[in-house]
Amino acid sequence: MSQVLASQRAESVGVKRRHGATGDMVFSAIVLCCGMFVLIALLAATFSMGWGGLLAFRTFGLEFIYGTEWDPVAQKFAGLVPIYGTLVTSALAMIIGVPISLGIAVFVTEVAPRWARGPIGGAIELLAGIPSIIYGMWGLFTFAPFMSDYIQPVLIDWLGPLPLVGALFSGIPMGIGMLTSGIVLAIMIIPYIASVMRDVFLVVPAQLKESAYALGSTKWEVVRDIVIPHTRTAVVGGIFLGLGRALGETMAVTFVLGNTHNIAISLMEPGNSIAAAIANEFTEADTDLYLSSLIGLGFILFVVTFIVLAAAKLMLLRIARQKGE
Amino acid sequence: MTTSNSLYRYRQIKSAIALSLATVATVIGLIFLVWILWTTLINGIEALSPRLLTEMTPPPGEDGGLANAFMGSLMIVVMAVVLGTPIGILAGTYLSEYSRGKKIGDLVRFVNDILLSAPSIIIGLFVYELVVRQSGRFSGYAGGIALGFIFLPVVVRTTDEMLRLVPDVMREAALSLGIPRWKVTVHVLYRAASAGILTGVLLAVARISGETAPLLFTALNNQYWSTDMSGPMANIPVVIFQYAMSPYDEWHTLAWAGAFVMTAIVLLLSVGSRIILSRRGK
Repeated sequence: MSQVLASQRAESVGVKRRHGATGDMVFSAIVLCCGMFVLIALLAATFSMGWGGLLAFRTFGLEFIYGTEWDPVAQKFAGLVPIYGTLVTSALAMIIGVPISLGIAVFVTEVAPRWARGPIGGAIELLAGIPSIIYGMWGLFTFAPFMSDYIQPVLIDWLGPLPLVGALFSGIPMGIGMLTSGIVLAIMIIPYIASVMRDVFLVVPAQLKESAYALGSTKWEVVRDIVIPHTRTAVVGGIFLGLGRALGETMAVTFVLGNTHNIAISLMEPGNSIAAAIANEFTEADTDLYLSSLIGLGFILFVVTFIVLAAAKLMLLRIARQKGE
Repeated sequence: MTTSNSLYRYRQIKSAIALSLATVATVIGLIFLVWILWTTLINGIEALSPRLLTEMTPPPGEDGGLANAFMGSLMIVVMAVVLGTPIGILAGTYLSEYSRGKKIGDLVRFVNDILLSAPSIIIGLFVYELVVRQSGRFSGYAGGIALGFIFLPVVVRTTDEMLRLVPDVMREAALSLGIPRWKVTVHVLYRAASAGILTGVLLAVARISGETAPLLFTALNNQYWSTDMSGPMANIPVVIFQYAMSPYDEWHTLAWAGAFVMTAIVLLLSVGSRIILSRRGK
């Protein structure tokens, strides 16, 4: 008896199906597919590059990461030189770019008159809008000659003779090279880091800052002891975001790094980076092993930037939650 | 008294120095901005000529234009927009409307943000594996797909943000009239957020118009006029790259002309859409 009632009820519910239910089902299915497409895209990219680099990983094993030989004629490929170049140029970019970004964020949030804050912040963000190939052309035709004429001779003369540090600044002022690439990369990542820092500095509760001022703190003490500690995680997140950009930046570095297969201690020397090696050599790669080695390098770059960007995202999420509360 | 006074002055001076350094940092940033834009402007305007739009890319040492590259870039970007816009808007809709409070929605948002900052050369390699290797040749289609993958996350992100700005009252009012949810989304929410979503698309167009790395080994390049997207196609960024890296002066001039036009378009699009976006945010 109760079974009959239940089935009748089910039927009547079935008859009075909500108006538009089919459309809802179809639409939510489409929307779900598109959402999942984003996930699948990332998985597919990881998988296809791992697959593409497999031949190189199999052939060379771990030597692919620590070996320095890159010889298309002998079909020997090991990636330490471009990996080294990527790491050194990115490190230089961070050393130069992070303090400048911090300065810009402090200036825009604390120093500048209120009316100037928006325009100056916007101008710095404009740097992020310039296509990276323009940085490359400017770097090659304008900035590299400037470096070799004015900056590098001074560095070589003043810092070259010093013990230890001197090795970093010895050589001929060629213009292109690690240092120039690092500076160009720094300019490119400044807008990303500075805008994250500015946004989080603005979230610091006014009461905290006002209490510090009331105790007699100077502006710099408020920035150093209140604003930065309060936003530390997000500031590091912003820096990681910039690092992720610097590691994978291709066109600008390809123009000014010199595309030389060379590991040198001196920052004046040309070198190579993962992204630049792929951009320069991919269409020349005539054997499967060569192609696979380049894709393998790309896979390594992808994994490293993924980790860096994921860390950045997680650190920024924390402050976003604070903002929401 | 004197000691506390000198300590106070020391702290004041320290603060003044730190804030001056911050000002110097900002000036450095602005100098580089002006320097880069100025270089592009000066070299670009010198190189501008009507021939850019009428003649093909020349062989080394000869004069010519960039007509085939402009055409190729236009077709590749249009293809990316056609592919990326619907998927992007629908995925953004999923995030904002259909995944509320679900872990999977947070995951998709997280992955989308990573795709947003992922190195573009990686996307080029991915599409090379996906399309070029499978089809056996470089093609305009592959270039369009590569740019589509860069275009997509920008649209997903802005659509998601813009839809979340629509007040819940509007959803509730529409649903309480008995309108099915998908109609509420399409006819009410999309309409309310349309300006924001459109600027998101413009922002994404600005982002992909200057991208070079993903086109290097997908669309490749083509010295001749070609509107056949199943073969290699000329496009502005790759032509700039090839010509700027060459030793020929005529090619350098053309590269600067292309760079100037491309930068002007990209900056106009991104600044324009940012202004509209910030107005809506207020």
